[in-house]
Amino acid sequence: MQNAKCRMQYARRRLAVLLMLLTIAAAVAPAAAFAQPPQGSPQEEFVPVKDLPQQEQLPAAPLLVSAYAFVWVALLVYVWMVWRRLLKVEREMRDLAGRINQPGR
Amino acid sequence: MNRVFPVLAIVAAVLFAAAPFVVAQTPNEATMGVVQKIFYYHVPAAMAMFLAAFVCGIASGMYLFKKNEAADRLAVAAAELAVVFGLIVLVTGPLWARKSWGVWWQWDARITSTLLMWMIFVAYLLVRRFGGAGAEKLSAALAVFGMANVPFVYISVNIWRTIHPTTAVVPKLPGGMKGPFWFCAVSFMLLFGLLLALRARLELRRAELDKLYLQADEE
Repeated sequence: MQNAKCRMQYARRRLAVLLMLLTIAAAVAPAAAFAQPPQGSPQEEFVPVKDLPQQEQLPAAPLLVSAYAFVWVALLVYVWMVWRRLLKVEREMRDLAGRINQPGR
Repeated sequence: MNRVFPVLAIVAAVLFAAAPFVVAQTPNEATMGVVQKIFYYHVPAAMAMFLAAFVCGIASGMYLFKKNEAADRLAVAAAELAVVFGLIVLVTGPLWARKSWGVWWQWDARITSTLLMWMIFVAYLLVRRFGGAGAEKLSAALAVFGMANVPFVYISVNIWRTIHPTTAVVPKLPGGMKGPFWFCAVSFMLLFGLLLALRARLELRRAELDKLYLQADEE
């Protein structure tokens, strides 16, 4: 009789522990589901930007200077090309007009 | 034109020479920093490209429907300028994007439609040069399509999802940025007008030269 009572108490304890574990699991599971993926090892030192590897550094000034230089060069080259074509056509016109107006033609 | 042109050319040269000093005084943008200053040349170049596309499209329409030879010459000049200013936009944009977006190029609506528009005007010049007989009419039709593309390029940033800044940026420019931006925009517009006049003059002289050759053949 006493053995049966002990077994009952033991079973109740096991049920209580099981219920407690299930309650904890139910509370923790959604939090675990929405948690961020595990990060790498925590940062242990600060690195100045100048010490970054070459491929991770990207200074803005060369890009800015390149953009402005390109605009200037492109426009100057275009103006020079148009001017050169204009001079060539005008020279050709003068030569042709001279040949047309030549006496004896 | 002969009297006004040198004066305006000197004004444009002075404005262009002063522009980098004016831009240097502008404040750095909060998130992009100093690379955002490409904006002061990038956007005015885009404005000049759009204007060139409109001039080319309208002049081509006049040539197609009214057979106006002068309009055709103006269209050729404007198409070449659309290609030059478009090239400036397509080169300065990626230089800005590399720092602020981390990539040189993004196939988004604004950038892709700008590239397509630029290619239409490159096609115009190629057809014009290598198209043979009837190339004038074919290229004029291309120019009308190129012009029709401008509103789509402009509003693309407001309609589709894109990482390119929207059209609201320019009207909302703060005081320290607004003045230098419009200074650069006026410089580009003045330069555009001068280059258009110079290039149209070249076409006129070529037409005169062709007439002289015909005259020489007849005599």
